[in-house]
Amino acid sequence: MSEKNEKKFTTISIPTALAEKIKKRIEGTGFHSLSSYVTYVLRELLASMEEEGAGEALTKEEEEKIKERLRALGYLD
Amino acid sequence: MSKPHGGKLINRCVFRDVDLNDANVVRVNADRAEDIENIAHGVFSPLEGFLCRNDLESVLDDKRLDNDIPWTIPILLDLDEKELAGAKEGDTIFLTHENGMVSEMEIEEIYTIDKKKVAEKVYGTTDPSHPGVSMTFNMKDLIIGGRITLLKEGKKPFDEFLLWPKETRILFREKGWKEVVAFQTRNPPHIGHEYVQKTALTFVDGLFINPLIGRKKKGDFRDDVILKAYETLIQNYYPQDRAVLSILCTSMKYAGPREAIHHAIMRKNFGCTHFIVGRDHAGVGNFYPPYAAHEIFREFPDLGIKPVFFRSFFYCKKCGGVVNEKICPHRGDDIINFSGTAIRKMLKNGEVPPPTMMRKEVAETILQFDRMFVE
Repeated sequence: MSEKNEKKFTTISIPTALAEKIKKRIEGTGFHSLSSYVTYVLRELLASMEEEGAGEALTKEEEEKIKERLRALGYLD
Repeated sequence: MSKPHGGKLINRCVFRDVDLNDANVVRVNADRAEDIENIAHGVFSPLEGFLCRNDLESVLDDKRLDNDIPWTIPILLDLDEKELAGAKEGDTIFLTHENGMVSEMEIEEIYTIDKKKVAEKVYGTTDPSHPGVSMTFNMKDLIIGGRITLLKEGKKPFDEFLLWPKETRILFREKGWKEVVAFQTRNPPHIGHEYVQKTALTFVDGLFINPLIGRKKKGDFRDDVILKAYETLIQNYYPQDRAVLSILCTSMKYAGPREAIHHAIMRKNFGCTHFIVGRDHAGVGNFYPPYAAHEIFREFPDLGIKPVFFRSFFYCKKCGGVVNEKICPHRGDDIINFSGTAIRKMLKNGEVPPPTMMRKEVAETILQFDRMFVE
């Protein structure tokens, strides 16, 4: 493994029986390795746990200013 | 509503006056000025500045930033030695544009790139006839990475249609829209576009029509034509409380599938939950297979915005309406394709295309313009 790849990847351990099940599961799919499948599933799982929302709240004044602009441009009544 | 990409809507706007007399000032072109404002206003969240080398390499090799967040198009600042005027890593420079935009940049890294590799990875080709490849080959030699702060906004055309993500997020909330589908466009609407949008809208709360305003290639429709055409369509044929028209100031890269992901990420930052991906999205010529932009979404289970895939719509004489190949069994002479080239030709000749191709009101609006196309 190149130095760059060593930095970008790490090793995790999963039960051998589970690994075998996954190998069978990904046969004939677009996944080329156990690692690519596990990476996919973990990314999907983490993304599904993200909460909805704007992330960062605006102050009341900031929000009112935005609403004023939206009204002035005809986007809001 | 979708959470911003990376979890937080970036805000790098700190508006203030600055004395540039003794400062290291670099004048940037229109594309870079747009990038700066898009970074500052969170359109490119989670980016806080232009990419450093680690992020660039990760974007090229893995289609992700170095921290694993999906990102497919490199956002780079290229300068030459003369423009950099001796500035080095750790220094602060000011980036300005003739439209009045002023921003500050902390130089984190100065590096060079292998332009051929960038072109190959981003555009899938090194053919210089590809507009994105040609743009890459014409980049200046030094790439400057680092965080930007927008100090003064530039004057932009059509600013009455310009909304930033923090504004659309409030707008969608006030309208009571929880699920919003975004439609990316660079053309006036024909009947096929209308049906795609309305089909998608059927399943969500609101439609966000978001044309790209910025540098396009010769022969493309002019921005003012696209906007007026959409205004006409929405006024006449859309429920007013279900559709929003707003522009996005950024240039087309014509990077096909990679750009489809980029387009989706930007709309996620505007608060959209769904993104329409049609045939040959962001493609040019025959560089990409027609549905390559559909395939690439499979690589991103963590994108955070749902793609809505459409194949081409067409008018079927036998069915007597607009359909697509999934729902209509007829082919050949029974169908009329919405050919952009044919519509363009008719409009160029001053003709109103048939109602099976374009709404009469939309065509008449377009025909009012003396100059319809980018020259």
